[in-house]
Amino acid sequence: MSDQTKQQEARSLPATFAKNEFEKDAFILRQLVTKDFKIKYRRSVLGVAWSVLNPLLMMIVMAIVFSTIFGQGRNGSMTPEMYPLYLIVGNVTFAVMSESTNQALTSIVGAAPLLKKVKVHRWVFPVQKVLFSLVNFTFSLVAVAIVMLWFRVMPSWHLILLPVCLLLLMCFCMGLGMMLSALTVFFRDVMHLWSVVITAWTYITPIFWTTDYIAQMPHLVRILMYANPMYNYLQFMRDIFLFQTTPSLLTFGMCVAWAVLALVIGYTVFHKSERKFILYI
Amino acid sequence: MTESVVDYSEQPLAVEVDDVTMIFNMASESLTNLKEYFIKLAKHELFFEEFRALKHISFDIHRGEVVGLVGTNGSGKSTMLKIIAGVLEPSEGSVKVHGNIAPLIELGAGFDPELTARENIYLNGALLGYTKEFIDANFDGIIEFAELQNFVDMPLKNFSSGMVARIAFAIATITEPDILIVDETLSVGDVFFQQKCEARIQHFIQSGDVTVLFVSHSMEQVERICQRAVWIEKGDLRMDGPVDEVCKAYREQFN
Repeated sequence: MSDQTKQQEARSLPATFAKNEFEKDAFILRQLVTKDFKIKYRRSVLGVAWSVLNPLLMMIVMAIVFSTIFGQGRNGSMTPEMYPLYLIVGNVTFAVMSESTNQALTSIVGAAPLLKKVKVHRWVFPVQKVLFSLVNFTFSLVAVAIVMLWFRVMPSWHLILLPVCLLLLMCFCMGLGMMLSALTVFFRDVMHLWSVVITAWTYITPIFWTTDYIAQMPHLVRILMYANPMYNYLQFMRDIFLFQTTPSLLTFGMCVAWAVLALVIGYTVFHKSERKFILYI
Repeated sequence: MTESVVDYSEQPLAVEVDDVTMIFNMASESLTNLKEYFIKLAKHELFFEEFRALKHISFDIHRGEVVGLVGTNGSGKSTMLKIIAGVLEPSEGSVKVHGNIAPLIELGAGFDPELTARENIYLNGALLGYTKEFIDANFDGIIEFAELQNFVDMPLKNFSSGMVARIAFAIATITEPDILIVDETLSVGDVFFQQKCEARIQHFIQSGDVTVLFVSHSMEQVERICQRAVWIEKGDLRMDGPVDEVCKAYREQFN
């Protein structure tokens, strides 16, 4: 039989099985991210271009709405020329969090057919969704670059801190994603609840409104605002893209603290409950 | 078959099932709702009914053995297979598996209907632990065995269930696994493909290195393929021995 000879040939060829668990998981993650990517842009004419166009169009709409109706970007430190860049950097950074957590939320429930059939590390599913949002973010950086070119903003060396910020944001999202995906297995309500949380979070984070407002808030609210993890990640991003300074020690410290905290809590919740997943999915 | 004379107890162990008990919590109503959960919790009504799918099951399988799992519906065969495959974790006891497993449980369950056959082969291969290079090298072999040369780049949602099962079988068996788990998978596909699958499994069995765990409701199939059978009934290990004795006893319960 021809397939028998093929098999014998195959034995002298490359290694059949991944050398270790890490190599296996890395290949799975790559395949899953590729899968999501292909499905997202299947049958769309512009394809990947949407990842660039979307944040750009969003920025244009928001810039028009908020600078004309609400007079944003005309107060304090923010000049009208800076405002679009302020918007787009904030938007794409926040989108990493909202997209990845929204996707991670249903990742375990969605992977039910797989989890019932093959032995696979369960954490790859929420983590994969976060990595996928990172791929999307990379494309939206093109949009940011276009805006910077348009407004003649010269990038500075501070951009070398971008990987650091992304790594921290990824850790934060992975922690959050793992926790949410585990909770969703037991309580599907989390799905409905989370969209409300994201909406609220969008408003309390200075995405379209400028940070000057925080200074005018009552003391307690101000502390809460500064503690908001997304405020800190956005601040980090804007510091290196827009204000071209190194982020303050407080901002940096908060970014690290939230990343570690989210990862520890997320992993603990996930790990404690993952053995029971299969009975609920 | 001549193999049945071979004494497998000399061979190293492939699967060790040691005093496995599997308990499922059967909630009287399924609680997947926070409100309900807290109401029940507050009323102290959060009781679960215990259901023991497997009770203190122990058996060892040696390398190269072909073992059939028999039992009536709902007696715990699939639960046992899933525990051995590592998908379920036993509530008590332990299972040790030596070697890699090719699980032919619910063929094609891990496929994405939106992806093409080619993309699904890579995705499924990754999940089985294959390397990318290995899949590259064996891609044509998989397609050839599944006889789907003309449909490689077609989304899987346009495939018939038989075609999907063919690909899944072809991927899982493209390399010789240490342990092959077959859960009534041979009942899918047409007669010709069933024969082809059985031929491949027989080929593995004859090589003498592959341990096969086989579940089927067809006693004839079990008797034809296996040398030893384990009879699980309502979660209890009823009988474990040579296939003809176990099958005979199994048939007699209906008389």
